Parts: sequence; structure tokens; C-alpha cells
Amino acid sequence: MWFPRLASDRALRGCPVEGPFALVARQGNAERLHCLNIAAEQAGLHRGMGLADARAFCPELISRPARPEQDARFLAALRRWATRWCPWVALEGADGLVLDISGAAHLWGGEAALLEDMRARTAALGLALRLGQGAGRGAAWARAHFGEPDSPLETLPVAALRLEPETCTTLERMGLRRIGDLAGAPRAPLARRFGPALLMRLDQALGRLPEPVSPAPEPVHYGLRLSLPEPIGLLSDVMGATARLLEALCPRLQAQEVGARRLLLSLRRVDQGSQQVELRLAAPMRDAGRILPLFERGLAEVDAGFGIDQLRLEATLVEPLHMQQSGLNSPARQDERRAELITRIGTRIGLENVQRFLPADSHIPERAFLIAPAAHSAPESGWRSTPPRPLRLFAPEPIAASGATPPQRFRWRRMLLHTARATGPERIAPEWWLADEAWQSGMRDYWRIETRQGRRLWLFHTPQNPGWFVQGEFA
Amino acid sequence: MPGRPRAFRPPGVCLGPPAAYIARMFAPLPDPFQLRPARVHEVCGPGATAFAAIMAACSGGDILWIGEAWQAGALHPPGLVAFLDPARLLLARTENQTDSLAVAEEALRDGGLALVVIEITRPLDLRQGRRLQLAAQAGGATGLCLIPEGMGSNAAETRWHAAPVLDAHGMDSTPMRWEIKKNKSGTAGAWHVRWDEQARHLHVVSPAGERPGSAGLPG
Repeated sequence: MWFPRLASDRALRGCPVEGPFALVARQGNAERLHCLNIAAEQAGLHRGMGLADARAFCPELISRPARPEQDARFLAALRRWATRWCPWVALEGADGLVLDISGAAHLWGGEAALLEDMRARTAALGLALRLGQGAGRGAAWARAHFGEPDSPLETLPVAALRLEPETCTTLERMGLRRIGDLAGAPRAPLARRFGPALLMRLDQALGRLPEPVSPAPEPVHYGLRLSLPEPIGLLSDVMGATARLLEALCPRLQAQEVGARRLLLSLRRVDQGSQQVELRLAAPMRDAGRILPLFERGLAEVDAGFGIDQLRLEATLVEPLHMQQSGLNSPARQDERRAELITRIGTRIGLENVQRFLPADSHIPERAFLIAPAAHSAPESGWRSTPPRPLRLFAPEPIAASGATPPQRFRWRRMLLHTARATGPERIAPEWWLADEAWQSGMRDYWRIETRQGRRLWLFHTPQNPGWFVQGEFA
Repeated sequence: MPGRPRAFRPPGVCLGPPAAYIARMFAPLPDPFQLRPARVHEVCGPGATAFAAIMAACSGGDILWIGEAWQAGALHPPGLVAFLDPARLLLARTENQTDSLAVAEEALRDGGLALVVIEITRPLDLRQGRRLQLAAQAGGATGLCLIPEGMGSNAAETRWHAAPVLDAHGMDSTPMRWEIKKNKSGTAGAWHVRWDEQARHLHVVSPAGERPGSAGLPG
């Protein structure tokens, strides 16, 4: 199946226009026509034409920007749709499908009836279609692009062999215009002149070389829907419905050995309003009995209005979760409990706000550690032993002092403190390869100050830019 | 020569841990400092963070530390290394105190954590304090609130005041004064303690002025 005007047909399906229409893609610095409808082709336009030239030819041309990614998605949808005729459907280039109908044609009353059905249904979708049929992919491609579904291969031009344009030109200059000419020519000189690719394509078209159709794998879908005959509104009823959905979803997860990491529950109300509850789990899970209580908080916030008559549950993110033998008090069980607690806390404050410290490789105090979401990181040891560091670290707070040695007394946070003992200095130079605003003032000499009042503070002096600051507190 | 301070042994308190304990990851705390499990306790004063870190170090399990995201003076993990492995610590950063209390209740009720530390910024009323207490009893976990001075709740099991003190003579720089100001099921008291970083053990020492061999003290 070749859709010669796939892109423009797709664009026109959503928003039909009368008269010439073209999709425009940007190539280099020029806007060129990417795909046209019939009216535009009849007006004398062709693909690859500059938009300015096309406007000059045909002033009433309507154009829109091309969207190749949407076209690809549309073709993927068509591929799924085409499995109605046979299970072996694969993509062919950017605008075609190839179906292996051997063994499936008789279900539709023979090959001719099958092709007729394809034509009728595609026309109903509003798509231009050219069909080709053959013993192999090559033959079908050649007939779809250059002939009729049953035209003899020998009469088709050599371009129908899926060759490079230069090869085609050379072949035509040599007088080999049709596939029949090529098939009759001696093979050895052709292979010597054009390499093995030409003969491979020829053999594929004539059915001498097999070319299998490999269908794209169908992604497993973890979504379920429950429609109710009567709307429900009580929390316990909605929880019950969710439980039924979960009980159906979890075996599906189990079969694939995956666990849900993110679940989305969409509730449709009778007035067509839709609400969604998203549950993010700290670890992959597929135990319906344990996931259900986690939904309670989200569901309690749903406004049921006049009632909910449809629920849809989908695992939008899954992760591999292998089967494990369960013990009574194994470490895995404890990890599961921990993950469950993180999830429960996460439903209240957001999963990214449950964090843990990870060591980082830097001698700058502020960057010697990382804070990572606990749900997406494993605990890590390997903290380097450093000179004593404060328990609390804050943004540097300036104090009035001067000189390179610590002040005998100073005022900090409206307290008058007397230095009893000072340990230091520990010089820390900025990481010059990183631009850090806080370290603009150059290197720092850190001192541990024990005050007569008891407080133990972490002070630093910036010799390059004289000043004293308090940055942390021990204990 | 006035050497290292000799351990002061209050009657009935077992001190001087056997070597086997020191070799372990954590050593049990001396008796008066063991927070009663399944209750919520409070600590205030400038040494409250170190108090919480020592309690966490001696609890032998995972710790959840709940704080509000906007608070300045965040916990500094390289400083925690002297007390415990920061890998045992989970942090919860909340938006306001209501969220903090809800998270604390959830964690206490779960019971899988050794200690739940809650940084309090506004005084708890009796209802909030009681709810925490009930959650701790239900889950069997211990809670510890870091409160600003004078913001204690009546529901707390014990209230401690922790402050660092200057050891004017020794070169040791970790002495602290811990005082029980309120105790629902025991007596109040005050101790001078010192954290031993290598052994990860808490030693009770006599205050500097009462130490044998330390003559000529100021004041």
C-alpha cells in the first residue's frame, strides 16, 4: 500500500480546504513544497518546487508547514489499522505499508476482493492509495509506485527497482529502460559495472531472493477501563472500582515481569468532566492490595459532582520487577516497606521532596554533597574523611572584624561572643573551572572558633578580599 | 599532669562500654539518655542538632529528618559523618509545618524507622502534640522534635536542653551540657557529656570545675 499524498491528505483530513493546497518544508534556506493535493498538481506544481515559484504559478495556493513527526505517527496508526486484513504489516519507507497477505487473502474472498476492500476503506478515510501486489516486497513496491496491481513487471521502468537515481540514469543511457531489458542482460557485466546492489534489487523484484516482512512489535499496553451502568460518588465505591481495575491490571504486569512506577487514574463524570489522579511510586510495585491504599489520599480530593460513570487506569511508567521469593523478614521486604513509606509521604509532599544525601567529589563545602530524590537513588557510602565540618551550614553571614587572625570578640546574630580557642586556618581555594557567585571573593581560610559562651562556629576569612564571615555551626 | 578526663560514673549508670560494643556500628546510650521508645520527645537549645545526631547515631536504624524547605541553616552531611553514616538518613522537605506534622505522623505510624526527627518552627498545640504521641505509640517509633527555645508542647514525653560548653583546659572540643527540663516518667537532671567520634560512643564527664586535678579554675 503506497499513500502518495500521505502528508497532505493527513493535513486535509483535519481541516479540509478547496483548491490547490501544499505542505511546505524548509530545506536549507529555501521553503520547498513537500506534498501537494490533486488540485495543486493539476495546476502544474510539483514536489521540491520553491514556494515562491509555486506562488507565482498559482496565486491561490494555500500552504501550511509540514509536520513529518505527525505524519510518522499517522502512518504508525495506519499500520495498526491495517492489521485488520492480515497480521504481518510493516512500514515501507515514510509513506507506505507492506502486508504479507499469503494465507490471509482467502478470508476476504480472494486477492482481488481483498484489494477492492482496501481501496474502499482507504477512500473512506480520505487517503489517496496506490496498491501493488507481487510475489515479494520488490514486485509489490514496483507495481504500487510505477504500475497497476497486476501489470507485468517486465514493462515497468528500471526506477521501479528501488535503485539510486544515478544508477537509473546510467542504465537508461545504456538503453536498459525496462526491467525486462535488465533481466535479459548478462549478469556478470552488470555486477562488475554496478556492484551487487543492482542485481540484489532485481532478484528481489523477480522473487528470486526472499525479502521477509517483519511486523513492528506491538507495545504492551497497561491500561484498563471500567464503565459503570450507574454513576457512583461515594469514596468507598470509587475505591472499590479502583480495586477491581487494579486486580485486573496487576496480573498483566506480573505476566511481563514489570512493576508500575507511575499510575494514572482518570475518572469521567456524567457531565463529561474528567479528573485525574496520578500516583507516583517510590519503587516498582504490582501488588494490588498494597497499591490500593496509596490511592486513597488522591481519590479523597476528587470532586465527584453528579457521579462518576467511567474509570480508566493506566500504568504510564513501568520498570522491570523480577519475581522474588518472599521471606518473612528479608532485606528485600524491608526495602519494600521503606519504598512504600516514601510513596505515602510522597503523595503528601511530592515524591521529589523525599531526599537523601549522596557524597560528591569536591572540596568546596557547599558542593561536597548532593541531595537526590530518595525514590530515584540508592544510598551511597564513601564519604571522605575531612577536617571537622559543621553540622549546620548556612549562607555566609558577615561579621565586623579585620586582620588575618580570628577576632578576639565579635558580634553574630546579635550575640556578643568571645573567642576562647581558634583552630585553623584551613585554606580552601575556589574551583576556578566553575563560575560560582559565592566564591567570587577568592580563596578562604576557615577557622573553627570555640567561644567562651559555648557556641562553636565555623568562620572564614577571605585574604584576597578582606572580610570575615560565619558559615556554619558545630553542634 | 591532668590527663584525659576520667569518666564520671553516676550511681546505677553503666559506663565504660566493653570493647565489643565499640567495634560495632553503634553503642547503646548510657541509661538516662535513652529516649523512651514509642514516644515523642523534644529538645531545644543551641546544641539540639548534635543531640538529635547522637540520638540518631545510637538508634541503629534508618532515620527520617523532616524540615521545612525554606529554612536556612540546612543539615550539612560532611558534619554528620562524625556521628553517623549519612546513608542512613532520609530527608523530607515540606512546605509548611502542617505538612511536616502530617509526614511525621505517617512515618511514626509506619514504625519502620528508628527515629523521626521533626524540626518545629511554630509552637505545637496540645492536639498536634497528642496526635504525634498517639502515632508514635501506634507504630512503636521514636520521635524527636527540634523546637525553638520555649516552644515546648505539653504532650512531649521529655524535654531536653542541649548546649555546647567550652572545655577550657583539655584540647577536646565536643563537650555539651544536656539537661532534662521535663520528664513525664522520671526525674530531671543535668549532665556534661562528650561524644567520642572514633568509638561512636557518648561519655559522661564531670563538669570542668569539679574535675579532679583541675585546680585554679576561673569563676
